[in-house]
Amino acid sequence: MKPRSKRLMLLGGAVALLIGAVALVLTAFQENLVFFHTPTEVAEGKAPTGRTFRIGGLVEPGSIKRAADGLTVQFAITDTAKVIPVTYKGSLPDLFSEGKGAVVQGKMGADGQFAASEVLAKHDENYMPPEAQHAVDQAQKTAKTVKQ
Amino acid sequence: MIPELGHFSLILALILALVQGVVPLIGASRNRLALMSVGRAAAQGQFLFIVFSFGCLTWAFINSDFSLQLAASNSHSATPLIYKITGVWGNHEGSLLLWAMSLALWTVAVTVFSRNLPEIFMARVLGVLGLVSSGFLLFLLVTSNPFDRILPGAPEGRDLNPLLQDPGMIIHPPLLYMGYVGFSVAFAFAIAALLSGRMDAAWARWSRPWTTVAWIFLTAGITIGSGWAYYELGWGGWWFWDPVENASFMPWLLGTALMHSLAVTEKRGAFRSWTVLLAIGAFSLSLMGTFLVRSGVLTSVHAFATDPARGLFVLALLVLVIGVSLTLFAWRAPTLAGGGSFGLVSREASLLGNNVLLSVASGSVLLGTLYPLFIDALNLGKISVGPPYFETVFVPLMTPVIVLMMIGPFVRWKGDDGSRVLRKVAPGLIASAVLGIGAAFAIGHVTWRTALGLSLAAWVLIGSVLILRQRLADRQGAGTGARVRSIPAAWWGMWFAHLGIGVFIIGVTLVGSLNSQIQVKMLSGDTAQLAGYTFTFRGVANAPGPNYAAARATIDVSRGGVRFATLTPEKRFYEAQGMPMTEASIDIGPLRDVYVNLGDQLEDGAWVVGLFYRPFISWIWFGCSLMVLGGIFAASDRRYRRLAEREVPAGAARQAV
Repeated sequence: MKPRSKRLMLLGGAVALLIGAVALVLTAFQENLVFFHTPTEVAEGKAPTGRTFRIGGLVEPGSIKRAADGLTVQFAITDTAKVIPVTYKGSLPDLFSEGKGAVVQGKMGADGQFAASEVLAKHDENYMPPEAQHAVDQAQKTAKTVKQ
Repeated sequence: MIPELGHFSLILALILALVQGVVPLIGASRNRLALMSVGRAAAQGQFLFIVFSFGCLTWAFINSDFSLQLAASNSHSATPLIYKITGVWGNHEGSLLLWAMSLALWTVAVTVFSRNLPEIFMARVLGVLGLVSSGFLLFLLVTSNPFDRILPGAPEGRDLNPLLQDPGMIIHPPLLYMGYVGFSVAFAFAIAALLSGRMDAAWARWSRPWTTVAWIFLTAGITIGSGWAYYELGWGGWWFWDPVENASFMPWLLGTALMHSLAVTEKRGAFRSWTVLLAIGAFSLSLMGTFLVRSGVLTSVHAFATDPARGLFVLALLVLVIGVSLTLFAWRAPTLAGGGSFGLVSREASLLGNNVLLSVASGSVLLGTLYPLFIDALNLGKISVGPPYFETVFVPLMTPVIVLMMIGPFVRWKGDDGSRVLRKVAPGLIASAVLGIGAAFAIGHVTWRTALGLSLAAWVLIGSVLILRQRLADRQGAGTGARVRSIPAAWWGMWFAHLGIGVFIIGVTLVGSLNSQIQVKMLSGDTAQLAGYTFTFRGVANAPGPNYAAARATIDVSRGGVRFATLTPEKRFYEAQGMPMTEASIDIGPLRDVYVNLGDQLEDGAWVVGLFYRPFISWIWFGCSLMVLGGIFAASDRRYRRLAEREVPAGAARQAV
């Protein structure tokens, strides 16, 4: 092989590798995006069915209930306008409590219950998850517009 | 009074940083030796003032001076001394001061250990470091002054976030920062070389040990951070693809590529522009990591501040650094062309392949970390990218990297015969695949992921043995001891670091395949089974700590009727912050960890207990330790010192033109 064609092959190989790797990354990216929805959007049916997504808001006061096994937890997430019931089995974050902000990730069940696979809360007492804050802000903005 | 001294000292440090950033560069462009030599003194003075300033801040924390805003927010009179000290960097302002101090320390190290660099080159390196330091000190003083007072002083502090009150947090931030900031030296060397328009093997050789040392710190910092997440967050996981973890992982990936690319530039003169780009990239990603973590754009335990002015400042600094360096690169790149040519089958080509893949991997993490932020900033909705994305991407990207990693050392520089290489590696590759698949069957977990992971690990181990055998065969005749001794430290560094990756893969694969966990409701005397272990709940007692109240459970762990460990997980309540926290308890073993955490107490008095079985998780840390050890070997190679000294006259003559 001439040095020139060798060089071209090397370059071609590197470019092919790069293209293949980038294609892989973008496909995986497309498939694994998790969208965020506010409780109001979920109530309006804007959330996807059969796909994992996130809901953020406040844990509705008085809504936390433990099942008889002591491990399955039911609670509700609200943006102060709409309330979405959630079931979750697993350990809750230390700072998960009623009236405080939380974000849940999971799928909407056929029974209208959101089956959470992950519950995220804040990292310290003064902090509010931005997604939860966003949901509440949205709901309150809408409420104001309706009143006017 | 002491905090004011610290503040004043920080201002003086800024002035010296500006002097260090401007005067030597002017001297270098006009070839004035007197101006160039200002850099050293300014750098050393700057370091002393920053250390003094840091000392003042630490003094305020130790003495619980709650008239200092920072101490009042992040310390408490009842906090143990060690956490009073770590509280200094357990917050935005203090951690930035630590950042600035690391940079000053690296700069001083350059003035001390690279004394033999040509004066003009040293002046440019110090100039660049001085400019970076000025940016950060300005940032500190303008937007995040650690010495702000409150009047009247607070009667009591609000205490450090309990998650950070942990031994891991004592060394994790300093190590990580030493790693992040360490890439600034490689960056400064690259910019200095661009400015001088000369980029030769000597430059790469000067740069290599610095890059390796930065990489050692970063690796150690990430490892300890991961260990902290494992036992302190209490979820039994070791890596969460959390944006802040990604922020440290991206410079690591690019830094790893940089180390290998520098090797090629030094040995063969090839990849010169690529190496410079990687040096710029690794440092830019370190800066971006600081921006992501400290600006509060991320939801995370690391996000101390949510002040947009700060985020904007770091962002501006980042844009400035990347913009100026890339402009300089575009201007000078044509002079970098050429270098050694190499064939399709050659050591260079295999390293190029790994470099491309590591860079793409770094880019994929960047995409997954930044895209949600962009979408949010453009008000297009909120999304998140979770572990499934990163896992999907990393397995196929890293598989060829691992395979190539052990083939590379068999391939000759410049050009080699493909069939010769194939003959050398094919038996090992086939044996690894057989071993990996066999092992997957043996442990009864046959998935392609397990089989692939174990095959790759087997390939690294077999490859390591083959490489060592080949290396020893090179010196026929001499005794084995003499042959082993004749191998340079840098080679052992490569060998240990690569072996560490094999050990790491074993840990990751097995913990991913065989781990198990359950959540149970337990009353005193109850037992639960997991993975052949029996857990007996012995009840809960009060166990107050210095600044918290705690409920401590006692759980006996036995196997085959023999009790071998008593675990005591705690549920703590930190009074100052009103914050509950789970403290896991772990029985660590070479082949498995048994991990227990304590959840909530239920109405009937029972406790929710999490039981975790984590096989081979120690191998993850052990593998990372081997990588660090490899780095230490590589950086300590005598060759760098010897050659650096020998090169000086020639280098100086060339540079001074």
